[in-house]
Amino acid sequence: MKKNDIDVKEFGKKVDQLFELNVEDLPKLPYPYEDWVDKVYPDVSEARKESTDISLDGILNVAVPKIEDAEEKAKMVANFLEGLKKLLSKEDNWTFLKPFLLSLDNCVGCNTCSGACPVFEESGEVDIYRPLFRSEILRRIIKKYNSPMGTITAKISGHDIELNWELIARLAQLAYRCTLCRRCAQTCPMGVDNGLISREIRKLFSMELGISPQELHEDGTIKQLETGSSTGLSPVALMDLMEFAEEDITDRTGLEHKFPFDKSGADILLIHNAGEFLSWPENLEAFAILFDIAGLSWTLSSEQVGYDSVNYGLFYDDAQYAKVTLKHAEIAKKLGVRKVVLGECGHAHKATMAIGDKVWVGESNIPRESCLVTMEDIVMNEKVMVDPERNNFPVTYHDPCNVTRSMGIVEPQRRVLRKICPQFREMTPHGVDNYCCGGGSGFAIMQSHNFPEWKLQISGRKKFRQILEAFTKEELDPGVRKYVCAPCSNCKGQIRDLLTYYEAWDRCQILYGGLVELIINCMVDVREGYIEWDDFH
Amino acid sequence: MTGIQLFTYFAFLVAFIAILRKVLRYATAPESMRWELYPVPHEKGRAEYGGSYFEELDWWTKERETDLFNELKEMFSEIVFLKGIFHHNKKVWNSSFPFHFGLYMTIGWLVLLMTGGILEAFFGMTVDSQGGFFSTAVYYLTIPLGFGGLALAGLGAFGLFIWRSTDKTQKKFNAPIDFFNLIAFTVTAAVALAASIMYDPTFSFLRSYTGSLLTFSAISSPNVLLTAEIILLAFLTLLIPITKMSHFVAKYFLYHSVRWNDQNNERGSKIEKNILELLNKQVGWSADHIRTGKTWGEVITEPKNEEK
Ligand code: SF4
Ligand code: SF4
Repeated sequence: MKKNDIDVKEFGKKVDQLFELNVEDLPKLPYPYEDWVDKVYPDVSEARKESTDISLDGILNVAVPKIEDAEEKAKMVANFLEGLKKLLSKEDNWTFLKPFLLSLDNCVGCNTCSGACPVFEESGEVDIYRPLFRSEILRRIIKKYNSPMGTITAKISGHDIELNWELIARLAQLAYRCTLCRRCAQTCPMGVDNGLISREIRKLFSMELGISPQELHEDGTIKQLETGSSTGLSPVALMDLMEFAEEDITDRTGLEHKFPFDKSGADILLIHNAGEFLSWPENLEAFAILFDIAGLSWTLSSEQVGYDSVNYGLFYDDAQYAKVTLKHAEIAKKLGVRKVVLGECGHAHKATMAIGDKVWVGESNIPRESCLVTMEDIVMNEKVMVDPERNNFPVTYHDPCNVTRSMGIVEPQRRVLRKICPQFREMTPHGVDNYCCGGGSGFAIMQSHNFPEWKLQISGRKKFRQILEAFTKEELDPGVRKYVCAPCSNCKGQIRDLLTYYEAWDRCQILYGGLVELIINCMVDVREGYIEWDDFH
Repeated sequence: MTGIQLFTYFAFLVAFIAILRKVLRYATAPESMRWELYPVPHEKGRAEYGGSYFEELDWWTKERETDLFNELKEMFSEIVFLKGIFHHNKKVWNSSFPFHFGLYMTIGWLVLLMTGGILEAFFGMTVDSQGGFFSTAVYYLTIPLGFGGLALAGLGAFGLFIWRSTDKTQKKFNAPIDFFNLIAFTVTAAVALAASIMYDPTFSFLRSYTGSLLTFSAISSPNVLLTAEIILLAFLTLLIPITKMSHFVAKYFLYHSVRWNDQNNERGSKIEKNILELLNKQVGWSADHIRTGKTWGEVITEPKNEEK
């Protein structure tokens, strides 16, 4: 089916592909991108097509193995129904049963949520991307296949659905067309959270059927628990990198700094997203400079998992999530620190502070704090001296969803920005109403097949639009350097990819980075020019 | 007892059981992970922009300041004015607001009918324009609440019916049951208005009828239209809790135990006790990376190499 008019009932229809995306349907971008022509979605390789189902929309980020054998298909349907029972059970899903049931039971089908969803809007309003679409599929399956007299009531209520292998394969894919940003939940008059429902669908697939994106599972939580980091960085390799980072600090600033590791009894255990070590060492170097000059007692951990705050389990699997966060708790406890400070990583904030609130129990309940708050204390209480004139260029701020909408950390970072960036301006909308960068829920690190095009053209399009609109036409001139501040590794990864795909560095000189780099850039104790404008990476 | 009285009792019984079941479904769900969504209105001084206590340095050492008044204000504007949908979907609000407001007035009307019934049946008062202050007030308030409530709810339901049937997108997500519910409201309101205007403009019959239900004494309806009104009103009482229209129950829990629930877990707290108990539950999930059959506490602790 190629037209954008798909009924929930038809989701399991036996067709090669339910919907075909067309770049020409994408909404136009603002100045200076009115004439921008998007790249056509590349085809998935023939070999992949043979082995993997891509019958939802032709995009591949979660690999559902193709099955031809009828018996095998029936077995998968049965396993799915088993998983569904577990998703609704107090034993297997006590972790999220309450919010899940509340969202499941109460949608009135008003479609208000669709208006809030950047994926739906920026896809050119593709029906299957409506927030309520996937929830409605699950709801109907539960009503029909998991309730007494479900078959009859499904017929009478007019909310029938036919469960088959095709539907299940597509549902897995549809759960990965949502960034879990929860913007839809904010506008729902019932309080229904379609983001949570997407997450619970992902969980069923992972915890019962063993289906999840490779980047989140094998190359994510599994690798992190085995090697120490989802980047594959082992403790030994970490030490090598840190030596390099210390030299880099000296090169950049003329200052000498040693990274403190495993300092028992330090006040703070700082945990970064290990992506920073590899992609943005200037970020963790900036933290070291800031914390040292402010005179904080702090340490990093060199123990496996202790140097990587990433927790992709948050996006797809309760057991994997809990394993990772418990490792963090154990390390903090062992070091005897007073508090853990989360570096610039949004999902790590939520995983460790908000969700972790009920996992870090007993002796492991070591307090956790956001680095944005720690930085506010340092800057606003003048523990370091700043010269805002050094940051006198247009700066806008991207709110990571997990930090803002899910945790309510909104103002500390803004107070810092207002103090140190004379040309700071907000995006519209911002704060708890912000739009996701489009890389949420693990999308930022999913770089294979044709998914990058999808996340840059569709889920990230709104953010790119917001970035452009944050600056005036004059400022968008490549002669004016601008900065998008995004204090989150995953958001930064996505914004980097957006700026690259849309050629925004070359066309508009838009750079991106964290908050701590802006602080160091204007600190009077640090030589000028910490932000390296000509080094877009 | 007449047939319509028996049906009314039946409707209230079903409604009571259905609501109780829903309340229990949510109230007995286990302690879940935090899943709040900002803004949270009881965050003192921060609710306006969506801030939380996580914005404080060493937040766990600070006295938690909450703003109950702001939370009540938020609840009031959501319940009475449907603030959320007003901001996010005006088209639906145009019908949904009169519908809900009409329902609240209708509930007020039913409460007044019951009050009047009690005054007449148990205190020997006459509820009319000549009685004492209280019974006269009940009398005069019942009339506008009844007519206003029924008219607004009926119009709102009709408006929602039109919206569901004409909006192209909406069509895909509608089910016959949605239309049935809205038609039931529209027809009930129309019949109740017609019956009241023609035969019971001061609601004195309905008041006596309510009184008869409370005293378990028989009463029969003087004409078909009033009988139809009672049956339809009783039918709606039964219908609301067994359909999605009882979303008010879930909405309460959604807001108070999920969206606005920012209660943090402290050492030795009840939350911690609950979690520790839940960690003893067995895990039934059966993907390869899960050690099925072990307890949660065991499954989420990485096994030592030799146990793998
Ligand atoms: S806004 Fe809420 S109630 Fe309306 S369709 Fe979306 S999830 Fe359902
Ligand atoms: S959570 Fe975000 S991406 Fe997912 S459906 Fe809701 S608004 Fe869309």
